[in-house]
Amino acid sequence: MQAHLKQTYNYAFLDEGSKKEIRRTTLKAIAIPGYQVPFASREMPIGRGWGTGGLQLTLSLIGDQDCLKVIDQGNDDSVNAVSIKKLVQSCTKAEVTTDSERATIIQTRHRIPEVPIRSDQILVFQVPLPEPLRMVEAKERKTKQLHAEMDYSGIWLRLYEDIVKWGKISIGADYPALAHKRYIFAPSPIPRYDLPKLNHADGLFLFGAGREKKIYAIPPYTEIEPLAFDDYPFEVEHFEGCSCRLCGSSDTFLDELFDEKTGQKFYQCSDTGNCRKRQEKRHTP
Amino acid sequence: MGYVAVTGGQKAIEAANRLNQWYRIKDAEHSLETTEIAKQLRHLTDRVMSEGGLYAPEYAALAIKQAEGDLCEAAFLMRAYRSTLERNYESEVIDPGQMRVIRRISSAFKDIPGGQMLGPTMDYTHRLLNFALENENAQALKNLLKEQIPELNADQPLSFPKVAGLLREQGLLFPPKSSGVLFDITRDKLTFPAPRSAKLQILARGETGAMTALAYSSMRGHITNHPTIGELRVGYTELTIAYPLDSNESLCLGEIMLTEIETINAFERDDQGDVKLRLGYGLTFGQNETKAIAMAILEQGLETKGSIPSQDEEFVLLHVDSIEANGFVSHLKLPHYITFQSKLDVLRQTQKIAESEKKEMRKE
Repeated sequence: MQAHLKQTYNYAFLDEGSKKEIRRTTLKAIAIPGYQVPFASREMPIGRGWGTGGLQLTLSLIGDQDCLKVIDQGNDDSVNAVSIKKLVQSCTKAEVTTDSERATIIQTRHRIPEVPIRSDQILVFQVPLPEPLRMVEAKERKTKQLHAEMDYSGIWLRLYEDIVKWGKISIGADYPALAHKRYIFAPSPIPRYDLPKLNHADGLFLFGAGREKKIYAIPPYTEIEPLAFDDYPFEVEHFEGCSCRLCGSSDTFLDELFDEKTGQKFYQCSDTGNCRKRQEKRHTP
Repeated sequence: MGYVAVTGGQKAIEAANRLNQWYRIKDAEHSLETTEIAKQLRHLTDRVMSEGGLYAPEYAALAIKQAEGDLCEAAFLMRAYRSTLERNYESEVIDPGQMRVIRRISSAFKDIPGGQMLGPTMDYTHRLLNFALENENAQALKNLLKEQIPELNADQPLSFPKVAGLLREQGLLFPPKSSGVLFDITRDKLTFPAPRSAKLQILARGETGAMTALAYSSMRGHITNHPTIGELRVGYTELTIAYPLDSNESLCLGEIMLTEIETINAFERDDQGDVKLRLGYGLTFGQNETKAIAMAILEQGLETKGSIPSQDEEFVLLHVDSIEANGFVSHLKLPHYITFQSKLDVLRQTQKIAESEKKEMRKE
């Protein structure tokens, strides 16, 4: 299969015209932080809804000098991440890594790596549902208008109703935020823990939604403000008193796991690349 | 923990790929020949070409073989291959009126110029399992070819005037609504309201089952919407491009098989007060009759205002694509540990609040 791809398909799978179109869309997205720029998403050889938006961004950017890391849930070895990495490898000569600090492009699903993204790195998100207003408005035509008029009363009301009903805002991951005081955007289903990492960051964040055919971006040093009320401030996930079983860290996002034999609950870093580096540091005094 | 702890992902994928191959061939005596798939499973090939949006019978057969007969997967393989192809030429507008027809019927008029021609159809067969096919061998095939189909001469060109042309001549038809621009859904993201050309493109490569279900819902749930098939035609149409060195001349690239449907709907009054009929239009690659009819029904539904689901263009157009619908529904198989962890966290916090509220209530 790998050899076959190399012979029959263009470098980085897509034809050059398509890659250029995606890069132009990306430039527009960077110029208008948080604004969802439509693009004609191509069919990719992986499932629609399985990261094709992120993959198209990655393929439009990647060259032989790049070093790629792909993670799913923070994990380099998750099957879908492996599959995406294999595809990119089969049609480019780019190097791959699990070390987020070595990578020039990191494609991710549901997490931002623990080590902050530098200005010479790009983090590419796979986005399932790019429209943050979809939870209050089903129609694309209307949500476009709501964004244009900055009419965000619907989503604010939704948050308020949450508080009335549940005593707190009930959104878990994919928590909506305001970019550069203008557009509300969906950060993709990253945990709330990761959302503040987008604020005034050094690196570039690109979001690709393949099935929904939209690209948007959070450029470096953009103000990102999670939606919240003064008396009900934004909260991240709680891991009080928990630490990683492998590297011992208590300041990272943790996966909750169960030991099959003992039935005991334990915790482990979700960012496996970072966890491994910490373990190595611990073992080499 | 198997799948749950996704370590060893690389190894797992490789093992899965090997297992796929093993399950494909473990009980097989012969490898399926793709030419046989293309020739003997022609409706399957047609459907894969139609939903994949790529007219290439040999590749469709290959996709069916590779996907082990999974239709959606096969259409997906075609679409993913198609999206890598350079766009070198645009064809000239094809004219199904010039179609070399193999089948053509009208449910609206008994007598149509040229006559009705039933052609290849299973519509009037009895659906009884034909056990003789179990032991069909090469000799049986040859005998069948000799005995059963003597009067059919496939080389004889057959083209008929269009039924819609007659209605149009009599001033009974509104011209089709058109914005005059040709939208390309593979090169631009759809915007709403969608131009007619975009609607037709999406429907033309939509998923057969999804479209049939939506069309059925509009006919069953809303009985006023019961169109009549003015004409159904199946046959071969020439595909031409402008000759690159002289645009007055055209170059024939070959023939493609198409199914074309024109439905006649309830009459309408337009802004000028004229009362006429409006046609619904369906066109698909290959012989895909039900899908083409569904397309005509849906297309017409989208052109009329109303509150039923099949008249809602975002509902119809955004959900009939096989590749998109299958992809997103099946992505639930991917791990969702983070989102679920986050949800659990909110749940626990909410439980705490609920618990403390209950305590306060008790105190009161």
